[in-house]
Amino acid sequence: FLGEQCCTMKILTLLSLLATHLSASSVNIEENAGQFFSSGHTNNWAVLVCTSRFWFNYRHVANTLSVYRSVKRLGIPDSHIVLMLADDMACNHRNPKPATVFSHKNMELNVYGDDVEVDYRGYEVTVENFLRVLTGRLPPSTPRSKRLLSDDRSNILIYLTGHGGNGFLKFQDSEEISNVELADAFEQMWQKRRYNELLFIIDTCQGASMYERFYSPNLMALASSQVGEDSLSHQPDLAIGVHLMDRYTFYLLEFLEDIHPSSKANMNDLFKVCPKSQCVSTPGHRTDLFLRDPGSALITDFFGSVRKVEITMETINLTEPIQQVDGSVSDGSSVVPPGVHR
Amino acid sequence: MGLLSDPNRRRALISLLTRLNAPICVVCYMAGVAWFMGLAFEPFTLRTYMSENAMGSTMVEERFPAGERALGTGREFSAHKKKAGGMPVDWLVKTMQSRGLEVFTQRFSRRLPFPDEDKERYMVKGTNVYGILRAPRAPRTEALVLSAPCSPGDDNNQAVGVLLGLAQYFRNQVFWAKDIIFLVNEHDLIGMQAWLEGYHHTNTTGMDWSPLQGRGGSIQAALSLELSSDVVTSLDLVLEGLNGQLPNLDLANLFYAFCQKIGVLCTTQGKLQRNDWDSVSGYSHAVQTMMLMVMKQASGRPWGDHGLFLRYHIEAATIKGINSFRQYKTDATTIGRLLEGMYRKLNNLLERLHQSYFFYLMPSLSHFVSIGYYMPAFGLLALILLLRVSFQPRLLTTYLLTDGVPGVLSVLTPLVISHLTGVALYTLPIHFQEIAVEHFPVSETEAVVLTAIAVYTAGLALPHNTHRLLTGRGTENGWKVLKLVAVLYLAVLLGCTALINFSLGFILALTLVPVAAFVTPDVPKALSAFIMVILSPACTLLFSVFLFQELQEMPVSFLDGWMLYLSVISQGILDHALYGSLVYPLVALLVYPCWLLFWNILFWK
Repeated sequence: FLGEQCCTMKILTLLSLLATHLSASSVNIEENAGQFFSSGHTNNWAVLVCTSRFWFNYRHVANTLSVYRSVKRLGIPDSHIVLMLADDMACNHRNPKPATVFSHKNMELNVYGDDVEVDYRGYEVTVENFLRVLTGRLPPSTPRSKRLLSDDRSNILIYLTGHGGNGFLKFQDSEEISNVELADAFEQMWQKRRYNELLFIIDTCQGASMYERFYSPNLMALASSQVGEDSLSHQPDLAIGVHLMDRYTFYLLEFLEDIHPSSKANMNDLFKVCPKSQCVSTPGHRTDLFLRDPGSALITDFFGSVRKVEITMETINLTEPIQQVDGSVSDGSSVVPPGVHR
Repeated sequence: MGLLSDPNRRRALISLLTRLNAPICVVCYMAGVAWFMGLAFEPFTLRTYMSENAMGSTMVEERFPAGERALGTGREFSAHKKKAGGMPVDWLVKTMQSRGLEVFTQRFSRRLPFPDEDKERYMVKGTNVYGILRAPRAPRTEALVLSAPCSPGDDNNQAVGVLLGLAQYFRNQVFWAKDIIFLVNEHDLIGMQAWLEGYHHTNTTGMDWSPLQGRGGSIQAALSLELSSDVVTSLDLVLEGLNGQLPNLDLANLFYAFCQKIGVLCTTQGKLQRNDWDSVSGYSHAVQTMMLMVMKQASGRPWGDHGLFLRYHIEAATIKGINSFRQYKTDATTIGRLLEGMYRKLNNLLERLHQSYFFYLMPSLSHFVSIGYYMPAFGLLALILLLRVSFQPRLLTTYLLTDGVPGVLSVLTPLVISHLTGVALYTLPIHFQEIAVEHFPVSETEAVVLTAIAVYTAGLALPHNTHRLLTGRGTENGWKVLKLVAVLYLAVLLGCTALINFSLGFILALTLVPVAAFVTPDVPKALSAFIMVILSPACTLLFSVFLFQELQEMPVSFLDGWMLYLSVISQGILDHALYGSLVYPLVALLVYPCWLLFWNILFWK
């Protein structure tokens, strides 16, 4: 008699569990659908700029190439990366290991590799070219690889490194870009609907001064040091004879090496990269212009080009407006399923 | 109203200057000397630091392994040198070629104006051998030079050995962005002059040389190595070059930085620096080091083979290996590593060294005084001359108006005669050496030197009587105008000299400014004549010779000192003829006539 009751109990428990699971998963699908359209971007671009030349600024080129490597690894293709390097370190006569740029002591990590595509090289890296790339005002003869062909659904990562000061960044030892110019360029981009969200990272001395003047929406900025602080280099390599990387980008690279395309790490983790104990300078960030909560912005929203794929057997009703995770409602008419990009 | 624009205040200022002229002059003089002595006091100096970004720190890995092999090569070189009785050209060419360099030779010959008794040469013929290590990937636009002299006897064999060892090691590296020229020059400075003239297609000293077949681009920096022992206890850095020119301080900073990194004892002027700057002995040590540098710079001669590069705006220094009685010895591998480190850093240069100072004094290798700090010492002395001139308004025009042409003549005559004596001092010694040798039992060198001294002494007698002869009477105010002219002349002369060669200008100012300020016909004649002769350029040189020997802790007896003095005069004349040193013409043609003008004033009546 007890055995039969046991069996029945077991079956009932199993059935109830199954029912709960099914109802729960159906609720999850609805939630996931909400998360699906949370970021609102459909394609990713990256503009990576190294502004200094000369052999002793090896580390700036290594910085830029490290970010390039991470960005490519996480899925952004070369056609969507504008890479600007002001000098050629790999083929510099003083390089004891020609055709390499190392970002790690003892030559553990060669970031130059064999598939680096530099779009603006040498003297082409100027303030004018940089601003034209950002705003899209390029002469008609400019090849596609040198253009930033972003639209209002693009998330753009902009990374700048070099020598900077309070309110300016030095290009090529002969000119400067000021924080006002940069802020105005971003405003032009906003008004021309050239970005959906923009992440701006700068690794220079007094880098925080460069994002002080931003006033356009949907901008998030990170800098390696505050005003009045110098950003320091990380490690010298005695065989090559130069400093290989700057501290902030070194720890950024370390952090990014752990990110894979399906990682759910978000911007709050990025803000914790390189605390003062490791960086000596105090990294700063600015999120007041960013409309989403930084905790809901994934690293891969900017650093990767991720196709969001979720396999489900359920039917989801898309005719009603989808509640976005952070509460704002997206208009059904402008919802474009991921995977379609212009 | 402003101090100078208010006429009452201006009158008061002028009357103050006039009344207190002599005391202010004395105070200025003491202040100038005190300022100069204070330059060696450590809190008033700055620590040296690398100014050139491209050279950065000593962050480089030196891996030169072959010190012993280099010494072996040096021994081979010595054997071949003995066999060839001079520069073993064929052996050097073969050895350099086997190390993968492009080797070329240059012949040169030169007849000296009179025999050089210090180095025992008169008709000099020689060959320079140099090998060019081409940069593997760079265009041939820039070069660095490493040189070692081929000296007679047993000197500098190890230097050539280390040079060849480094050549072999450098040849195996791929990171050279500039060509490196390894040069072995014969007859030290004469060979170096021939090579530099051939390299830059100039011919300033009348030497005969064959054109250079191979070239490496514009030379950015050069080091000359002098090493005569297998092990050294310290390395000495020699900076002073021709006409007192110094290389960029960054080169000295680079040397010092590597000495500290590798742990080799490094000195300048042969003196090891001390840490006890607040004690009297420590301070005097620093003063001695600085005075040695000042005297070497004032002599205007190149104190190492590097001295001739500076004229072509090539920063160069000489590194001498010194083997003294210390316990800790440095071997050839370490010296090779130091040079390797320095050359790797020089390789990183993108433009010529220009970020650091070109005019400086070094009381020790880690401290320096720049021109902005030492020039006021000279300025205070020059101020005395200006003070002396300042309170003679409208003297010249009044004099001309009242006394007319005979007055002008009585001033012009001493000027012309003094300068003619100067020209005689410049030209006669060399031209009359044959006549002197015929009539007196002296060698050519002695003839030249003694003729110079004779002309100098004769000049003391000549103007004394001439102006009386010409005008019949000494015009009363004539001496004042002559003094005005002479003081201005001296001020301009010393000012220009101090700008080019501060040490020479300062030493001349120390002795000539008191003469210029206080000589008048009214001072007691015998005493003033004696003081003037003591303060004349020739006696200044004599005292400097003795002081120099004292500072180097090799004091000499009076007779030895006198012989040294004579050889210094002959070397000065030779330097001018061979390398274009300007000290001898400056003293003979400008300083000595200026001093003669004051001698004239003393004996005006």
